[in-house]
Amino acid sequence: MNEQQHLETLSDIKRIMERSSRFISLSGLSGVWAGICGLAGATVAYLWIHSYYLAWDTRGSYYDADYAILRYKLIILAAVVLGITLAGGAYFTWRKARRNNLPIWDATSRKVVVNLCLPLVTGGFFILGLMYNNHEPLIAPSCLVFYGLALVNASKYTLTDIRYLGITEIILGILNIFFLRRGLYFWALGFGVLHIIYGLVMWWKYERGVNAEG
Amino acid sequence: MNPIGNLNKLFDSRIRLGVMSVLMVNEEVSFNDLKQVLEVTDGNLASHLTTLEENGYLKVHKGFIGRKTNTTYSITKAGEKAFKGHLAALENMIRSIE
Repeated sequence: MNEQQHLETLSDIKRIMERSSRFISLSGLSGVWAGICGLAGATVAYLWIHSYYLAWDTRGSYYDADYAILRYKLIILAAVVLGITLAGGAYFTWRKARRNNLPIWDATSRKVVVNLCLPLVTGGFFILGLMYNNHEPLIAPSCLVFYGLALVNASKYTLTDIRYLGITEIILGILNIFFLRRGLYFWALGFGVLHIIYGLVMWWKYERGVNAEG
Repeated sequence: MNPIGNLNKLFDSRIRLGVMSVLMVNEEVSFNDLKQVLEVTDGNLASHLTTLEENGYLKVHKGFIGRKTNTTYSITKAGEKAFKGHLAALENMIRSIE
């Protein structure tokens, strides 16, 4: 055994440790995609809410059925945006895993999903409760805080950048609590702009070189 | 002093060293996950795991998921010590050559 072999052994150990404990195939492009979907969704929501208030102003009085319709439309919009975001995000990550010859569903990705889902599902039920009790202004800050906590929780098993994205989402959510009824702007910032910024940073750090090689 | 003397003979095998590397950073790992990470065959991995177990470097937990057996492995205190000693010896050798 010579020096070169020892160095190789050490770097092998490091690689195996990293690969067995962290899911490294998470693609930055998944983040960019999520951000674009988030911004598009927020724009549609903004237009709908805007026209709802316009109708209210023209009529001069509040109308129950209008509000109920707006509410259902927004819930469906949220579900559609979530679905498209997840599908696209999964696609880019699957593509990166395939390119690196790594399995997409292994012990590490399972850990990421489980640790992400625990706070996320908790938040989901919490938000359903808010909707049930008609506390709509609290929905956006709750989304941001629970999503941030979920990211921080899952970051132990994937790229460390996710931890900082999570912390930023939590801070935005807390700020939003003190600026209630500006939820859509905070939501667009947290789920749109932040995803795009972090996605680009992560792509730049981990994937740029790989893409250039083909 | 002969620095090679500090290297652990058991870790001459890449697979055994790989198993220990995985167990150092994961609390409990199943046979299939080890196989996937290290890209080895069942028989090969099993024999190396037995050697490591006989030397007291890892603990075997036999369990069931439904009717299928689910065997998981975790590192022992002795295993952790041996692995760290081996790493230190490797680093020392590289430094002594420099």
